[in-house]
Amino acid sequence: MTQPDVAAVPGPPPGPPAASPTDVIHNIGYRKYDGPRLGRGYARKSLYSQSLRGAYGLGRSAKSKVLPMILLGAMCAPALIMVAVAVFTHMTKLPVAYTRYAVLLQAVITLFVASQAPQSVSRDLRFKTTPLYFSRPIERVDYVVAKFAALATALFLLTALPLVILYIGALLAKLDFGDQTAGFAKGLVSVVLLSVLFAGIGLVIAAVTPRRGFGVAAIIALFVITYGAVSSVQGVAMSQEKYDVIGWLGLFSPITLIDGFQTWFLGATSAFPNASGPPNVAAGLVYLLVIAGIIAGCFGLLMRRYRKVGMA
Amino acid sequence: MRDSRGTHGCGADHYGRPVTVIATESLSKRYPRVTALDRLTVDVNPGVTGLVGANGAGKSTLIKILLGLSPATEGRARVLGLDVATDGAEIRGLVGYMPEHDCLPPDVSATEFVVHMARMSGLPPTAARERTADTLRHVGLYEERYRPMGGYSTGMKQRVKLAQALVHDPKLVLLDEPTNGLDPAGRDEMLGLIRRVHTDFGISVLVTSHLLGELERTSDHIVVIDGGKLLRASSTRDFTQETASLAVEVTDREQDLLVMLGAAGLTVQSSGHLLLVDMADEESYDLVRDAVAQLGVGLVRMEQRRHRIAELFTDDNPYGHPEDGPEGGPDDGPGDGPDSPAGDRAEEKSGTPAAPGTSQEGDGRDAA
Repeated sequence: MTQPDVAAVPGPPPGPPAASPTDVIHNIGYRKYDGPRLGRGYARKSLYSQSLRGAYGLGRSAKSKVLPMILLGAMCAPALIMVAVAVFTHMTKLPVAYTRYAVLLQAVITLFVASQAPQSVSRDLRFKTTPLYFSRPIERVDYVVAKFAALATALFLLTALPLVILYIGALLAKLDFGDQTAGFAKGLVSVVLLSVLFAGIGLVIAAVTPRRGFGVAAIIALFVITYGAVSSVQGVAMSQEKYDVIGWLGLFSPITLIDGFQTWFLGATSAFPNASGPPNVAAGLVYLLVIAGIIAGCFGLLMRRYRKVGMA
Repeated sequence: MRDSRGTHGCGADHYGRPVTVIATESLSKRYPRVTALDRLTVDVNPGVTGLVGANGAGKSTLIKILLGLSPATEGRARVLGLDVATDGAEIRGLVGYMPEHDCLPPDVSATEFVVHMARMSGLPPTAARERTADTLRHVGLYEERYRPMGGYSTGMKQRVKLAQALVHDPKLVLLDEPTNGLDPAGRDEMLGLIRRVHTDFGISVLVTSHLLGELERTSDHIVVIDGGKLLRASSTRDFTQETASLAVEVTDREQDLLVMLGAAGLTVQSSGHLLLVDMADEESYDLVRDAVAQLGVGLVRMEQRRHRIAELFTDDNPYGHPEDGPEGGPDDGPGDGPDSPAGDRAEEKSGTPAAPGTSQEGDGRDAA
């Protein structure tokens, strides 16, 4: 283009114009990778952090951040209000016990599990990404552990953050440090268990179907229906003054399991009618065993599920 | 260069054994109702190896076993010198796998996805990002790599699938039907890319297909399995040599030439104004040249034709009837040049011999 004489002077075709070095795109060719390969543990950790971030929509589209962030806000807002009230009205105790908070806001937690468990596992099934994972150094157990731990951690953040707000607020309101710390610690133990339990149940349901919508609906249905059923039967038992029965009935829904557990083991006040928690030692132990059994069972079911779909 | 790279890439120096990328020994996989692999014994050397078989021939089962994901019922297999039964995780760190089906989530970009997959292969975060940028460039994905993959064409998706198999710089990649769903141009590009994976990147390739024609052009070696059994394994050259025929066109006296060549011991058939000579060995070229010179006629062209590899397996006598094909005389002219992969596809499995095959190679012979 900078050779105006070419057109004017016919003759031997000019050689390719000597391009100045800046014009050239150098193809540097293929480069081998000789750096470190960090193996299974690192890959599992990467999957864990990617799944955890994904549960809050981080590293995903803006749209997918909306719901988890709204739910996180909804979870924390009541705590902030309670704290504000406690600080400004000089209350002598928080309006809600640490262990009761998650039970009161179980609807928000349920929505979070229902929306994020399918996000975490149904997508991999639906878009058949799982074979790409299993053709890499990680094993089935790494995948299940990473996904399980990620959702449990996401749920723990969701349920523990408001407790932290309550605790800080309680200290600001100059409530008794010892009481508050003990209550806060019990609350944390309770939400750890709740997070693992809910994550397990949510993932097992979500991993059954590659259809995200089915997963969401099925998880909501399970949590709402079991809780509704337990509550109404407990109501009937209450009207007949069978308080022991109320305590046993709590075994049949996830949130009442947690309630019964913390009533017996953490000395919390039960949210059951008449505050009738597990009636005796045996019942308390049964709550613990059922929770542990469900968590272990969920893990086993997930392992079984991925043995089938791993490379399909 | 290819050979030296290939030798280097296969890891012989690490394991001190012969340069065998994959070695199976009486490998069998039986399900309750089906035998997917039946005492398969095959060695795969560095380079590009085509694994050919109909759907259900056992190709995917073999890949699963090689990745250490599915235990063999009996027999043994080694990949890069490692035993699939005990060193699965280590093998999967050194091998890349491109599945046949879609496997890309539509709502993330190619870059994010491949970075994640690189980390799943054990690359540290910075290396994962650098390797992703490099690899996506090598497979030919540029600006679009930042867009969600849901909007990609099939060709672009196949490139991302290939990139995720290459991102950790494996020593071997297993590509399961990489040309599935691509249009003719896309298939040619993908085959060229697969060739480059070995020649430029020094990575050995096992590529499966149910289309023999395309593997013939891409592979150094071809392994054919059917019903889980090994039908044949040898170099592509061996395959094509014994299936080669030479189309000779002269200006005049075709019948005389036919008689002369027949007298010289060659098998010759007349097809319109073309003579089709079965190539026994390199000397056949000389015989044809001498005969033409002796007759004093003009030699219009000599073109290498290939019988499809398919014939080897569909006919008992593959050389018997090379001209039954749809060889419309005049159409065989210069129109052969742009070899159409779509045409290949149509011929496959029907066992129809020798439509215009890889005529590019033949052009080189015209100088004779």
